[in-house]
Amino acid sequence: MKNLVMGSILYRLGKYLEELISEIGQFAFFTRKVFKAMFQPPSRVREVFKHIDFVGNHSVGIIILTGTFSGLALTFQIWLGFNMFSAGDLVGPTVALAILRELGPVLTGLVIAARAGVAMAAQLGTMRVSEQIDALEVIGVDPIQYLVSPRVVAATIGTPLMCAVFDFMSLMSSYFLSIYFLGLDEGGYWDKIGAWIEFSYLVESLFKATVFGLFFGLYCTFAGFYTRGGARGVGLATNKGVVISMVMVIVLDYILSNFIRLYYLVT
Amino acid sequence: MEKGSAIEIVNLKKSFDGGKDFVLDGINLWIPENKITMIIGFSGTGKSVLMKHILGLMRPTSGEVRVLGMNVCDMREKELLKFRMKLGVMFQYSALFDDMTAIENAMFPLIEHRKDLTQKQIKDIASDKMSQAGLEAKHFNKLPSEMSGGMRKRAALARALALDPDIMLYDEPTTGLDPILTEMVDDLIYKTHYSRSGKTSVVISHDLHAAFRIGDHVVMLHDGGVLMEGVPDDFLKSDDPLVRKFVDTGIRKKDV
Repeated sequence: MKNLVMGSILYRLGKYLEELISEIGQFAFFTRKVFKAMFQPPSRVREVFKHIDFVGNHSVGIIILTGTFSGLALTFQIWLGFNMFSAGDLVGPTVALAILRELGPVLTGLVIAARAGVAMAAQLGTMRVSEQIDALEVIGVDPIQYLVSPRVVAATIGTPLMCAVFDFMSLMSSYFLSIYFLGLDEGGYWDKIGAWIEFSYLVESLFKATVFGLFFGLYCTFAGFYTRGGARGVGLATNKGVVISMVMVIVLDYILSNFIRLYYLVT
Repeated sequence: MEKGSAIEIVNLKKSFDGGKDFVLDGINLWIPENKITMIIGFSGTGKSVLMKHILGLMRPTSGEVRVLGMNVCDMREKELLKFRMKLGVMFQYSALFDDMTAIENAMFPLIEHRKDLTQKQIKDIASDKMSQAGLEAKHFNKLPSEMSGGMRKRAALARALALDPDIMLYDEPTTGLDPILTEMVDDLIYKTHYSRSGKTSVVISHDLHAAFRIGDHVVMLHDGGVLMEGVPDDFLKSDDPLVRKFVDTGIRKKDV
């Protein structure tokens, strides 16, 4: 009996691993096709701009809101803590450091993946089940080149742009709360920021956002492109796209933080 | 390739589960050029799977599909994309691009492949095709979501005809339509075929009445193979019980 249970567990584990490896392989193959298609004629610049408008322009409002309130909440909590040991002048640089190195790119990645990534997976999934992708192929148009590559490029360019907006709004809201409501000294605030914050932190922020944009762009289009089975399939693909993208934003953030640290140590 | 055939299929087999069960189990058939061929059969007999093989959208488990003298199964992805321009397809649910208007849908194949034409020329050709498909000019700028089922079929036909393909394929063109619209679509297929001399039409359907009304050549699929092929009259005279069942009752829900 014990052997049977063990056998069943091992069988399920094996089956799960087989599916996982197969999915990773399929994703790698898809990624290769997407990159190859980016550099093949005809040019899809118009499509890229259309999707940048969707990923970027249409997300500005939500990014301004989340950026502003993240900056406010973080500043308030840090001020509560630092104020206990009279270190209020360190609130500015601490918030700036947290926003630029972690929260800015991660929250932007999560918000844009939830907004634009879901839409990408759902659009492509619907096009797949309603045979629009087959129709494209029949017309003689490569659907990866026409539908997927422009979306991936747009996500890769649009996410760091939105991250810059998020960082700016967070820092500005933090500044206004610190100076005008919490009564911190403006000179000390800027002095400490000048001493602690380097330009490279902004580059780090945008670099992380670029990688997050590339990943969710690829994964959400992958999930949508290979949708099977009607409306239920579209729902599952959309769900898979957004869940994996959001989890991977957090996982990639940790991996990238270590790589960046290593880079600083080496250089 | 047999003379006079537009499409030739040799021992085509397709399995989706590694060879346990075959959706297409050794199909051999030829589709004559310049005629309307109806591929009929009960639901789930592999008609749409067969069409996807003709278009190169699916690779067979074994066998050959020769379209206009070329073996589709040997073609690489890029060759297939170019080759498919010789084929026009009207999909079961029209498959119009839902972010484009009717006229933009018809212009799309021309924009992609006829770089020698100006925007105005493209629009003129697309308008001609729309009129040929019977869509009135007042509907040209409507999105698919704003059109009725019949209008969508006409717009889909106009898009399929845009590049003047050698073979037109219709996948279940009348599924889900009312009898009047069904007859309208059948007439549209018939008129379109005879207005384009030297071209071939293949209609995949389970509508037996349409097969008799507009088909020159009829192929009946059953259990992954060809049960019978011939002119419509051959089916009326057949003694095969399955053919008789199909002919006598047509296909209604109770039969499926």
